[in-house]
Amino acid sequence: MSGADVDVIDALVGIVPGSPLDAVRARRPEARAQAQASYRALFTPDTLGEVTAEERFAVGAFVAGLHDDEAVAAFYMARLEDSGASAALRDAVTVAVSEAGTLGPYGSYPAGPLSRENTAGPAHRVSAATRRALGPRLAVAFEHVHLLVFHPRDATPEALQGLLDAGWSTTTIVTLSQIVAFLSFQIRVVVGLRTLLVDHS
Amino acid sequence: MSETVLVPPDHTAPVAFTRAQLEWLPWLEPLAVEAMTARHMASLVDAARMKSPYFRLLARDPDALESRTRTDKDIFYNPDAGLPRAERELAAAATSRFNGCIYCASVHSRHAATYSKREADVERLLDEGVGADLGERWNAIVAASVALTATPIAFGREHVDRLRRSGLDDLAISDVIHAAAFFNWANRLMLSLGEPAASG
Repeated sequence: MSGADVDVIDALVGIVPGSPLDAVRARRPEARAQAQASYRALFTPDTLGEVTAEERFAVGAFVAGLHDDEAVAAFYMARLEDSGASAALRDAVTVAVSEAGTLGPYGSYPAGPLSRENTAGPAHRVSAATRRALGPRLAVAFEHVHLLVFHPRDATPEALQGLLDAGWSTTTIVTLSQIVAFLSFQIRVVVGLRTLLVDHS
Repeated sequence: MSETVLVPPDHTAPVAFTRAQLEWLPWLEPLAVEAMTARHMASLVDAARMKSPYFRLLARDPDALESRTRTDKDIFYNPDAGLPRAERELAAAATSRFNGCIYCASVHSRHAATYSKREADVERLLDEGVGADLGERWNAIVAASVALTATPIAFGREHVDRLRRSGLDDLAISDVIHAAAFFNWANRLMLSLGEPAASG
């Protein structure tokens, strides 16, 4: 499943050529091809730039773990291993998921009529042991990932400053944010289409 | 030395969901127009997006931006059957309402109202939230979008069944899934890289 030409969504849903869901996806050919192109751009780009493959897949495995879908989480954990990540880093990601899981979306609105819809939830801080295992740059990234995954309406410029201070540049923050946001899409398509597939069987 | 975030100019932050035109102010420096390479320009897909600080910020990772934009266009604009455009926009608006993205909700509630001509129902979604009663077919689309937007994802057979009972076929249900999923992508970028401001 690591080959560049394998469509990740099809593989994770279990869509086989010639099936009804293959035909449904074929009606939106650009969405299908460009979702896969997005995966390639964010995880296996021609030029990695300042974000290593290991960092990209560590973030991917963390996002997938927080969504608590076994197949997707296993896929990104396997890609993290393929990227050369040590067993210690993979274990740290697994522990980070277990420390960070909650239910979203929650968060606050600007003061006013929407304040009555504010819902409380944790601002996640990576534990000291996990921070040591991840290293400071990934640890700060994981705290930002948790914000984006579970309570994005709590985002602030201060959160971005924390990333900048930890060595992320403006450009790499764009890439990091795209990885988390894209996976929020990809995982929902997988879970949604899988539900539709089961409905046929 | 690390970079610093941008301090937006004085502005009025919207405190309610609205169909009014809003601006978006970045917290990180977009690419300057004069610094953009041919690759950056091409990643915008539409040259008019050069005016948008949001797209010039995302152009810092041009391959990711270009494939994002082409995914978006096919999900929402592909005219080949499936879910009517108005209801793709409804799924986008409901997702944005539930995640709390005032900017995204403003754009896509305008589109939903324009294409459906059901301005009062769209207004109720914005005012009352995702529990508003919009009639069974729209309620089913909103409920599916909300279940898809929960983390972990709460979408299940019951949502598919309800959409089918409202007359949606496989392609239309797939369109609901993609529209809601795409706005889980868009909302997170809009909410975390800048903030909305009232126009003018």
